[in-house]
This record gives sequence, structure tokens and C-alpha cells, in this order.
Amino acid sequence: MMSDRWKELLARNEALVALVIVLFCIVATLSDPNFFTVTTLSDLLRASIVLGILAIGCMLVLISGGIDVSFTAVAVSAMYMTTKLSLAVWPDMPWPLIFALSIGFGALLGAINGTFIAIFGLPTLIVTLGTLSVFRGFLLTFVGSDRISALPPDMREFSRMMIARGTTESGDFYALPWSLAALLGVILLTAFILHKTMLGRSIFALGGSVESARRLGIDVRRTQFFVYVYVGALAGLAGILHGSMGRMADPFSLVGLELSVIAAVVLGGARLIGGYGTITGTLLGVALIVLVQNSLIVIGIPSTWQSVTIGALILLGTGLPAYQAKRAAARAG
Amino acid sequence: MQAPDTPAFVEMTGVTKHYAGVTALDGVDFTVHPGEAICLAGENGSGKSTLIKILSGVEPASDGEIRIGGELMTGHTPRDATAAGVLVIFQDFSLFPNLSVAENIAFANELTEGRRIYSRRHARAVAQRMLHRIGVDIPLNAKLETLPVAHKQLVAICRALACEARLIIMDEPTTALTGKEVTVLLDIIRVLKEQGVAVIFVSHKLAEVLAVSERVVVLRNGKKVAEGDAAEFDAASLTRHMTGRDVAEASPGAFDGSGEMLLSVENLQKQGSFRDISFSMQTGEVLGITGLLGSGRTSLAKALFGLVAPDSGRIVVDGEEVPLGDPIASAEARIGYVPEDRLTEGLFLTQSILRNVAVGRLQEHERNGFLDLRGLVDEAADWLTRLKVKTPSITAPVQSLSGGNQQRVALARWMARAPRLLILNGPSVGVDVGSKAEIHDIIRDLGHQGLGVIVISDDLPELLATCHRILVMKGGAMTDEFAGGKISEDVLSQKLTS
Repeated sequence: MMSDRWKELLARNEALVALVIVLFCIVATLSDPNFFTVTTLSDLLRASIVLGILAIGCMLVLISGGIDVSFTAVAVSAMYMTTKLSLAVWPDMPWPLIFALSIGFGALLGAINGTFIAIFGLPTLIVTLGTLSVFRGFLLTFVGSDRISALPPDMREFSRMMIARGTTESGDFYALPWSLAALLGVILLTAFILHKTMLGRSIFALGGSVESARRLGIDVRRTQFFVYVYVGALAGLAGILHGSMGRMADPFSLVGLELSVIAAVVLGGARLIGGYGTITGTLLGVALIVLVQNSLIVIGIPSTWQSVTIGALILLGTGLPAYQAKRAAARAG
Repeated sequence: MQAPDTPAFVEMTGVTKHYAGVTALDGVDFTVHPGEAICLAGENGSGKSTLIKILSGVEPASDGEIRIGGELMTGHTPRDATAAGVLVIFQDFSLFPNLSVAENIAFANELTEGRRIYSRRHARAVAQRMLHRIGVDIPLNAKLETLPVAHKQLVAICRALACEARLIIMDEPTTALTGKEVTVLLDIIRVLKEQGVAVIFVSHKLAEVLAVSERVVVLRNGKKVAEGDAAEFDAASLTRHMTGRDVAEASPGAFDGSGEMLLSVENLQKQGSFRDISFSMQTGEVLGITGLLGSGRTSLAKALFGLVAPDSGRIVVDGEEVPLGDPIASAEARIGYVPEDRLTEGLFLTQSILRNVAVGRLQEHERNGFLDLRGLVDEAADWLTRLKVKTPSITAPVQSLSGGNQQRVALARWMARAPRLLILNGPSVGVDVGSKAEIHDIIRDLGHQGLGVIVISDDLPELLATCHRILVMKGGAMTDEFAGGKISEDVLSQKLTS
């Protein structure tokens, strides 16, 4: 007999996604004993950093009841503008300043989204669809369209800074870069905001019911504005991490990833109607997407099937709980 | 009644409100004493909502003086009203479905305290205290969306209390509650009053709350037309004051049997909903079906139109058997169904009035694959006029209409399809008293035009005023049948509950 607790747990997206991840790893290890090694894990972890930070920002927007598709354009713009600026004015700029600059650019672009959404009250999808194009177009037209591989030295330096690196006794190489600490920092900060501040609770409240939030005296505009600025700042951080880890400032990168990120967040249990989303779920969603993107080949599925697999996972991962909820509602009614 | 020397908590004098040339409120005096319950009655447009909006700071008054707790309020905001202890519980409760019970209760309190850091423990403590204050037990961790409506309302009351409410204004508090839940609510209101909290009920259905009220204030056309001891009022006198006329309606009496056989239902049965339902009716007859919530009346109504598939039985209209559980076949057999919850089941709220009527007639106005738009519009407009839908423009969205007019739009849609049998489920739910009488006129008139009409309702005066015959359902079975004009409300009510 399955207890109610278990049933409840399994009805949540997090549990489903975790289960799929475990299954995936088991199948992968069975078909390739070299899969489950420290090397693979550290590779996957590194691949999750940028996606993870973007996903956490995206989750915040979904919780608030909105949607943002412009964050990849924000990320790439912030990264590229920072690189260009640094190369032009102060090539030896220390990396903390480079990071601060990129985060600042991101927040600024986020504030543009926030202005349209919070101040003028326009629909979030329409605004961010627009700014996605505008930000990217502006970047390619006015800032530049060259791939820059001669990055400011400190940016390259940062990507070489490791928390730990080495070889295990069995001979597996691993490396954990400091950018992982950035992801960790984002997780902690976001968790604190969401669960320990009235601002965070207001974001949940907004996603639950804007009208109720307004009647209760929550400053809806300020809360929304904060959400988009914060997401912009996270995108700025993700962008500069992406540039530094890839050792190239590529203005054509990142844009196009937004749907994968949203997919990861939705897989993790955030609802598009707002009010729901957890950091654990989001990270699990990211892990699954990264796993599929990098290791599908290991379990014998050609990588051309990547998007089909991701799509199927979304249908299954979000469809199943939704279907269960519908059936439960039908029984209750 | 409060001793006259108790200082009033709220004192509104000569409050007036103009909206773009229309006087919504005209020099109204209104006082509330601590621990007092007041019924604020009035039809839609009487000014009762405006009065509440002004008191709670949503709208500024054009003229007049407002004192809360002795303080003169000038241009106060909803936040100021909350801080002064005036809380409104809206009909939709304005809660957050995705948050826990504890957080829903504590949220407003924490906002007004100006907290920045959220403490779950503090929220739970506040919530527990408030639930204890009204003596109910609701799991603090439960997500609000999983609660029944009655519990959501209690959470809303607790939230108001957490803001140190001294006056709670409840908009239509009993509409969504069953009889038993109303009793629980009234008990809680009594507890609140003992604790010195005043309550204002704003409602169409006032009979239920009269029992716990000290005073009744009736508004009509922006003016106060009656005020007095609650004991001096009953449902009939309230209605008279609200409408300014006597709307006591006469029963149409028993049916004269002059029609032709229209509908016969034989042994209709659905596991868990209703069983062994057989009856027949003639053209021109208005038949009422009543029963308490859970008696199977709504399932039966839906089954007659094919929205619910019965397990067995026969439905015959005009001598032809209608397939069970098939709404399209039912519509083709010229049965019409106006659901109880027109907001979610019946109307396209954001669409225009015209489109809402026309949508049922698209096929009939097709010419070679194209829509004959003019014919469609003319026909819809014609029905809207015949049913006297009051609106400045038929292109306005349906949601801009009052409840009574929305119901007429729903009726117009079906009338345009020239039905033989019309099933009306709760035809006057959420409709104010004056419009209600007019809807009853329409129902009686439909009968005179030779339609068969089935009215499904738990509003006994409504059934008595419109039906030639009333069938009573209990626990899924037909238990009684009465001819119109031969039974009083009291007897019918006893038959329902015994």
C-alpha cells in the first residue's frame, strides 16, 4: 500500500523529475560504465551554472504571475557590452568590477522591462517578446557583431580559478570552478528573498491573485518592478559567467535558449498561471535538461532526438500532475 | 441595541457622491456602534456599494463628513481605513489560493506592521490566535485553494481580525454557503459582536442575517429610505423598502391542462445522483423542481439537457425519444438550458451582449458558408429588446451588465432558438429583488406563449410565484408533488427538510 504521503510526494513535479533523473542515470551507467564518474558529474555541474542562474530568475517571474522571454537577450547584451567597455576603457579591469558592471547592465535592461510592465501595466509576454528583439537587435547593430576571443585578462583569469580541481585515485579528472559559487550565491539569495522577506511573499501573493494583492495594500508596481530588475541582474551575471567560462564574448550566443530555460522551470513545477515554483524543482528541471542535452548519446539515443526528448519530458512532467489534479477535482466536484 | 451614550465607531453625515453627473449617494447619514450588526440593504444601483467604497477609502466622497473612531477622515485611503479598523470582506474574499491558511490570515497584519522580514512562526502564531478567537479549527498549513468556500470565508474573517478590525463589512456573505454553513457563520458573528467588533452585512438575501442584526438600513436611489430595529423588518417589508413597491407575487394557480403532451420522463436514473424519476408535462406549463443542495436537482436538470448522462431511463419530447447524455441532440429537440452559474457555464463574459445572443444561431444564419451578419444581428437585437435588456449598447461586454440583465441575455440566447422546452436552473441567483420580479414575469409569459418551462430552484417564493406544479426531490428521488396555489411556503419548506 502506498501511503498518502508518498502519493502526495509523487504527485509533485519535483519527485517526478528526480525520478526521471535517477532512471536516466541508471540507464546511462548500465549502457556505459564510464558515465557515472566524477568527471562527468563535474562536467554536468559546470554546464548547469549559466542555465541554473537564468532558470532561477525565470522562476521568479513565473511565480509573480508573469513570463519573461527576454532574459537571454539581456544576458548576452550585458556580457557583450561589459566586455567591449572593459576592452575599450580599462582592459585590466579586475574581475569583480567586470561582474558588477555586467550585473548592472542586466539590471538596467531589466528595469526597462519593469517600466513597461509595472508602470504602464502592459502584458508581460508582449513586452518581453518585444524587448527580446530590441535588446538583441540593438546589440548587433550598435554595439557590435564580432566574436571576441581576446577577452580582458581578468575575465579569462576568473574562469581558471577553481574551488577544487584534481584527479581522483581512479584517475578521473575533475574541476569545480568558482562560478559554481556564483550559482550557490544566487540560490541562497533567492531563497532568502522568497521565503524570508515580505517582498518575496508579496511576489507569491501577486502570482496568486493580483487583485487581492492590490486590495491588501501590497505595492504591486514596486514588487513587479523589483522582479524584472532582479531577473535582469541575474541574467547579467549569467551572461558574464557564460562569456568567461566559454572564453569568448559571442553576441550570437545564448539567445534561443530561453525556451529551454522556461521548460526547465516548468518541469520543476512552476506554473505558468503564477503563484507556484520552488528552487529545488527548478534546479532539478535544469539538471534534467542539461543531462538530456549532454548525455542523451550515452543511453543510445541520437542527439538529433534531443528536442523531441525534452518536449516529451515536458508533456509528461507537467501533463501528468495537471491530469492528476484535474481528475482529483472532477472526483471532488 | 447599544446604549445611546456609547460613542459611535463610524459616523457618516450627509455623505454624497456624484459620478459624472449621476448622484449615486445623496446626503446619507450612517452610524455604526461598537459590537453592532447592521443590514445594509438595497438593490443594485441603490448606492450601498458606493457607501461601502467611501467608508473603506476606495472612493472619496463628494460631500459630507466621515468619522471613524472619533477621528475626522479626509481623503482617506484603503490603508488608512484598515489602520482605523475598518475591513471589507469582498464576495470573492480576496485571498491567495497558492498560500497557506496561516499566511493568508497573517499577511495583511504583517504588511500594516511594516515588517520586511517574513517569519513563518510569527504568521502561524497570529493565525492560530485568530482562529482560536472565533473558535474554529482549520489546518494552518493547508493551501487555501484546497479549502471549501465556507472555510475560505472564515479565513477572510480571521485575516480581518488579525488587522485588529473593529468593523467588518461583509459583501453578500451568505450567497455561496449552504444552510448549515450559514448557521456556523451566524454563530461566529455573535462571538465577534461579544468581542466588540461591529459587522455590516451588504446583501440581497437579508432574511438570513436579520436574526443576528440589531439594525437595518435600506437605501434606494442613493437615499436612505428606511432605518430601524431589525425586529421590525421581515423579508416582505425589506423588499418593499428596497423596491419602493409591493412585489408580492400571486401564484399562477394550477395548470388548466389545455396544452399538448410535451415532455415525458420515464424512470430516469443515475447512480449516486437521482433515481426512478418519472414525470410528464404539457406545453404552456411551468413546472418547478426543488430540493435541498445534494438532493439531485441540479444533476437532474443537467441530465434533462444531456449535460449529465443518466444510466438508464427515457426522455421523450413531442413523441420522439431524445438520446441521453447528448446536449447537441437535446438542442436539436428544441430543449434549452440556462445554467445556474451563468458566469462560468452560461455566458462569454468578456464578449459583447450581441455576440452572446447570436452565438446560438450561427448555423441558422449561414448562407453558402458565409455568415449572414445582418440577419444575425437583427434577430439578436430583436430578442434583447423583447426581453428588455437594459444597456447603453449591445456591443458592450456582458460583464458590464447587472445580474438581472445578464440572466436576460442568457434567456435571449435560448429564445432566439425558438425552444419548445426551457430548463431554467436557479433563474434568479444573484439577481436583485426588482429584477427578480421581472424575470418571474418573463417566466410566466413564456408559459403563456406555449413553451414548457422547468424552473429548478431552492428559492421557494420564486417557485410559488411562477409554477403551476412543484415537484420535490429528496436524496435523489421525487418525494412530493404539489399543484400551484395549493401550498404555502411553510409547508413546502417542511416537506423539503423533513
